[in-house]
Amino acid sequence: MKNLFIAATLALSTPSLADTIIVQSTTSTKNSGFYDYLLPMIKKDTGIQVNVVAVGTGQAIKNARRCDGDVLLVHAKEAEEKFVADGYGEYRQDLMYNDFVIIGPDTDPADVAGASDVIDALQRIEQAGAKFASRGDDSGTHKKERALWQEAGIDPVEGSGQWYLETGSGMGATLNTGVGLSAYVLTDRATWITFANKQDAVIAFEGDPTLFNQYGVIPVSAEKCPSVNREGAEIFARWLLSETGQATIVSYKVDGKQLFFPNAN
Amino acid sequence: MPNPLLPIRISDLRLIKGDRPVLGGVDLMIDTPGITVIMGPNGAGKSLLLRCLHGLIKPDQGHITLGQLKVPESRSWQAMVFQQPVLLRRTVLQNLAFAAPEIAKSSPQRLLQALDAVNLAELVNQPARMLSGGEQQRLSLARALLSKPALLLLDEATASLDPASVLLIESLLKAQSAHGTKVILVSHDQGQARRMADEVVFISNGQVAEQGPAKEFFTSPETPMAQAYLAGELLF
Amino acid sequence: MDSLVEAFRLIITLDADLFEILWLSVRVSLVALFISAIIGLPLGTWLAIAQFPGRKFCILLLNALMGMPPVVVGLMVYLLLSRSGPLGWMGLLYTPTAMIIAQVVLITPIIAALSNQVIEHLHQEYSDTFYSMGVTGRRAVAAYLVDARYALTTCILAGFGRAIAEVGAVIIVGGNIDHLTRVMTTAIALETSKGNLTLALALGAILLTLSLLVNALVIGVREYAAKRQYA
Repeated sequence: MKNLFIAATLALSTPSLADTIIVQSTTSTKNSGFYDYLLPMIKKDTGIQVNVVAVGTGQAIKNARRCDGDVLLVHAKEAEEKFVADGYGEYRQDLMYNDFVIIGPDTDPADVAGASDVIDALQRIEQAGAKFASRGDDSGTHKKERALWQEAGIDPVEGSGQWYLETGSGMGATLNTGVGLSAYVLTDRATWITFANKQDAVIAFEGDPTLFNQYGVIPVSAEKCPSVNREGAEIFARWLLSETGQATIVSYKVDGKQLFFPNAN
Repeated sequence: MPNPLLPIRISDLRLIKGDRPVLGGVDLMIDTPGITVIMGPNGAGKSLLLRCLHGLIKPDQGHITLGQLKVPESRSWQAMVFQQPVLLRRTVLQNLAFAAPEIAKSSPQRLLQALDAVNLAELVNQPARMLSGGEQQRLSLARALLSKPALLLLDEATASLDPASVLLIESLLKAQSAHGTKVILVSHDQGQARRMADEVVFISNGQVAEQGPAKEFFTSPETPMAQAYLAGELLF
Repeated sequence: MDSLVEAFRLIITLDADLFEILWLSVRVSLVALFISAIIGLPLGTWLAIAQFPGRKFCILLLNALMGMPPVVVGLMVYLLLSRSGPLGWMGLLYTPTAMIIAQVVLITPIIAALSNQVIEHLHQEYSDTFYSMGVTGRRAVAAYLVDARYALTTCILAGFGRAIAEVGAVIIVGGNIDHLTRVMTTAIALETSKGNLTLALALGAILLTLSLLVNALVIGVREYAAKRQYA
């Protein structure tokens, strides 16, 4: 039995290099094609093979706590800082940002387009009884959305299953659901720009400074997780934060639009 | 050389199916070589008795000894041919090789001889289950004889076969018996019993009604049941 | 429409990435199938012919395990292989081997339970004869496996179908990493989440075609066997 597994391993594993790292990442960066653009350059510059596991931010942090990643690249600053404070991360650095937008049917039944700010927009959705599709998966986007509802003084969970629809899925799946049901959805702009199944949905609300979406990078602690590739993680993080890395982030465009804006110090 | 499985002693053999006794205390001793035919009306318990003798059924009560042995230990000196031949989903030759792997390895020629003896030499590489009923049963017999059994049991083995196959099987059984194998045959074919039997055991209602040399049984059966059976009456 | 054109372009131009993904799918599922068959077929056969207390319960358990959700299997294997899990030191998480392990856990019960039914049927036919010939234990298991070989292909096929079409387990333990653990189903999941529904569907059609080919092959073999009375 054991021999079989070993044989299978030999047959299938690519040679396991010391300079291979696993990045636990949010889906938005992966689905937007960001890594497809970035990783070949990192490989060329540093020789490091980066393997990206894309899950929601909440899941990514949990996986990293179990030592199943060398670097965390997510967007939920509070949770990230707690991760570092608990000793699981070496440090946390701002990497880049973009913003969240609310997408919805072009008929805009809740007249979100006329809202003064994002809080007003959410209140309009609730009052109009319009549908809203939520990630419901403890991801960075979900955390942001729940914070906004709270600020708006609305507990959407009371309407769960009626107008508030928690998909418990990734951004893409939630967008598919939202578009299919003519619901409003809070999404990061990068995912929306690259999302191909828009149908008659459009950006209904954008531009509120509150919708700022910060991405951070955290090498996983070698003290908590002796198995991590600390060196590889450091080289990867340094590259991203370097001038080359930051310039590369600027140069990534989809349909002529820049998706992420570097802001490492 | 005396047959190691003789005499066969069966004492107070009882078997209950559901709440009905199907063997109701069989007492029987078979100590003569040659061919013993077990006869009796349908449902008398002939086949069950044979299966107990082979160890396929564990009786609820009673003892069977064969020579110095009891039933499970005696199995490797026995062979049995069933009414429905059960052949592996392989070729004729592979069926024999499976039954006797040592022979297949050491002297495969013997397998071909065994097939020749049952007139199947030309069908060695045919799928066994493509053979006719008669051919299949001949193959079963060849397979059973490979182990050179001291006791060969046949349960209605020639029922509904073509006459040529029946004739071939009967002559092989006679030859086998002449070489010292004890043959016990369950049959309700009276013609076959008359042709083959050295001894007859007549069973009725789960018990031995009569036992004796074939000549005496067929000329002067003692019990009214046997008389009626031989007269061709329907018994139940 | 563009995605459909794209899908055809990928196939017609023998796109390297597409074939890498397809080939990994087939490799992972075939290795998993091989291991599962080596475990599952003898296990199912043994459970069909062995006599011990609790045998019925084992069969019941196998049948229940057949319906185990892939996500649960994925989670179990993930916890096992996680670097902080009991087998974490092997460093297998997010490798094709992890996907193989998950698929083995997933399809071994299927192969064992289905082969158990096939062999039970054959056992009813053969048991008296095998007893009479003194065939027991390993020899009996081997003989049943050989004689039921064509019926067992269907059991194996059911396992293959489940393995190659499964996404819930492999995405958790494999991570859907490009050029490393991305297989057809996780690629379909990814394209769906990117909203490329037509491309996802086209990838699904490729998977379906593969499945059709394998099925046609096996049915052909079985037909031939049935004609020759080997089935």
